[in-house]
Amino acid sequence: MTLLWGFLWGVAAVATIASGAILGVWWERKVAARIQMRFGPQQIGPFGSLQMIADVPKLLFKEDIVPELADKAIFKYAPLFVFGPVAVSMVVIPFTAGWAPLDTSVGILFFLAVPSIEVIAILLSAWASHNTLSTLGGLRATAQMISYEIPRSLAVLSIVLLAGSLRPLDVVEAWRWWWMPLTFIAFVIYFIASIAEMNRGPFDIPEAESELVAGYFADYSGMRWASFMMAEYGSMIAASLFGAAVFFGGGWPFGGALGVVVLIVKTILIMTAIMWVKWTFPRLRQDQLMSLCWKVLTPLAIVQLVIVGVVLPWL
Amino acid sequence: MTEETIVNIGPSHPSTHGVCRIVVTLDGEVVVKAEPIIGHLHRGIEKMAENRTYLQVVPLTDRLDYVGSMYANWAYCRAVERLAGIRVPERAEYIRVIVCELQRIASHMMGIGSTGADTGAFTAFMYAFAQRDHVVELFEALCGSRLTYNYVRPGGVSMDLPDGWVEQVRSFVAQHPAAMMELDTLLFGNVIARARLKGVGVLPADTAVAWGTSGPTARGSGVNWDLRRDDPYSVYPRFDFEVPLGENGDCYDRARIRLWECVESCKIIDQALDQLEPGPVKAEGLPRLLAPRPGDAYDHIESARGSLGVYLVSDGSPRPYRMKVRSPAFCNLSVLPLLAEGHTLSDLVVIIGSLDPVFGEVDR
Repeated sequence: MTLLWGFLWGVAAVATIASGAILGVWWERKVAARIQMRFGPQQIGPFGSLQMIADVPKLLFKEDIVPELADKAIFKYAPLFVFGPVAVSMVVIPFTAGWAPLDTSVGILFFLAVPSIEVIAILLSAWASHNTLSTLGGLRATAQMISYEIPRSLAVLSIVLLAGSLRPLDVVEAWRWWWMPLTFIAFVIYFIASIAEMNRGPFDIPEAESELVAGYFADYSGMRWASFMMAEYGSMIAASLFGAAVFFGGGWPFGGALGVVVLIVKTILIMTAIMWVKWTFPRLRQDQLMSLCWKVLTPLAIVQLVIVGVVLPWL
Repeated sequence: MTEETIVNIGPSHPSTHGVCRIVVTLDGEVVVKAEPIIGHLHRGIEKMAENRTYLQVVPLTDRLDYVGSMYANWAYCRAVERLAGIRVPERAEYIRVIVCELQRIASHMMGIGSTGADTGAFTAFMYAFAQRDHVVELFEALCGSRLTYNYVRPGGVSMDLPDGWVEQVRSFVAQHPAAMMELDTLLFGNVIARARLKGVGVLPADTAVAWGTSGPTARGSGVNWDLRRDDPYSVYPRFDFEVPLGENGDCYDRARIRLWECVESCKIIDQALDQLEPGPVKAEGLPRLLAPRPGDAYDHIESARGSLGVYLVSDGSPRPYRMKVRSPAFCNLSVLPLLAEGHTLSDLVVIIGSLDPVFGEVDR
């Protein structure tokens, strides 16, 4: 029975991410176009909304190129393990008050820990490509993703401390509106570190287009390439959903079905902010990225934790 | 010290802005040695010129610096005019100044935009390209072509300005400085861009002179040298303009003075439009087939990339005996190994962009 549920939720998560990615790509193209004084897709469907429907078959029918010198088995299946953890991590998100697909007492830890498996898959795909630029990209991604786990987890820890529980449903239930000003720094850190986790601009150093062409997935094509893209959009959706749930109280101030709508609106706002950042800022350099993580974000996250800790006994 | 890796950047790579191969020896991410391998775009333009009449060479010069074709046209035509002793009508000189300053803006927009694209600020690239597109549309109205104009001809220009063109240029020039201020805030005011560009690829002034760099590359290092002012040609002495200079010679200065040069170009265009008077745009009584007396001539102009010179030798026949192009992009690219050493791979990309090479001109 549990197995069946797991399977069903797995399918649901993949479907959510896939459709979310399709809509997300369209939304991103529109947002980016507006920022850059363009129109974006507008020919296919109203406001170009069917553009992605046209793009998906293109990706499906593209030739699947496997480089001659690549480690073929790993090269072929690594994309699956990039995409998988992101999909899995989504099951603990509290979509509405009192309900999450997987209700577990360590849900928050689960959400923070499981996507880290992606690092191994990225390194595998980079190494298996047998390409210097890919390898460099993979190494950059590994360093970056492991480093940014720390400020990200510390930022979420402030919320955990306030809620007194690692169970996402408890957090949403305990959430009060004045947590927002109190944990504002934590949210900013979570926001920045999440962007770095999903390798998006201005932290898209592992896939830096102008330097490494596409970094660790430079040699991929067709659907395998698309699964990297889906993983990127999947982690963007997951991080935004989770951020909206724990930092902005999920469906607050509504419950039930309206609460889900509010959660989705908050998620879209956070996603739009992520896109806004990407299309405004230049890319950092690897060493600057590291010093931002260790010298700015991590100490700030600790300061936030101390602030919450000091306030806590008075509540 | 880790094991050194050799990475090929190019010949076809997003950061080389054309076809150049750079063999980079990396120690981790740090560049130990960067060696540009040029010649992938060599078409033998200088040799081809020897088999064509003087007029037929003009379209070839379009293909030298394909981001700034007007300059190559003009530099070549000045050499021909000096060789054959042709006097150019005043209106033609003014038109040449106007189109070339517009070309400088178009070319610098490409340079600044690619600095943006190299650092990952793609929006800055789009903003710069919107401005470039205005200029390209003006050129399209002028001569029907968006990239290879073949507009400046020996003895003048190919045709007079179309109706209403002057007003279009005026309105472009009126909005351009404000757009540059916006781009300045967007790109050079950004904290990440400053961190990426400042102190990267420092070119000391004496090295800049010793390696023969010119244009914004040299002026970014504070070398106060601009042919428009220091070896005045055409009608440039009649205009009042500044030559922006950098202080540190890093990527930031090199990229940013391009922006101020665009603002200065607007001033020049404004003044030139004020002084523009009706008249012929081609020299009178030119033979259909130019055959200058035996001899040689060299002339140079300040292109968007630096001092662009053309040397012509005539043996009295209707075809040049020899043509040699002194290409600023070639000289500017030569300092790349010096600048890149000790920086990371990410910086190398920015350094290439800040030198703004165009490989049509490097390889010829």
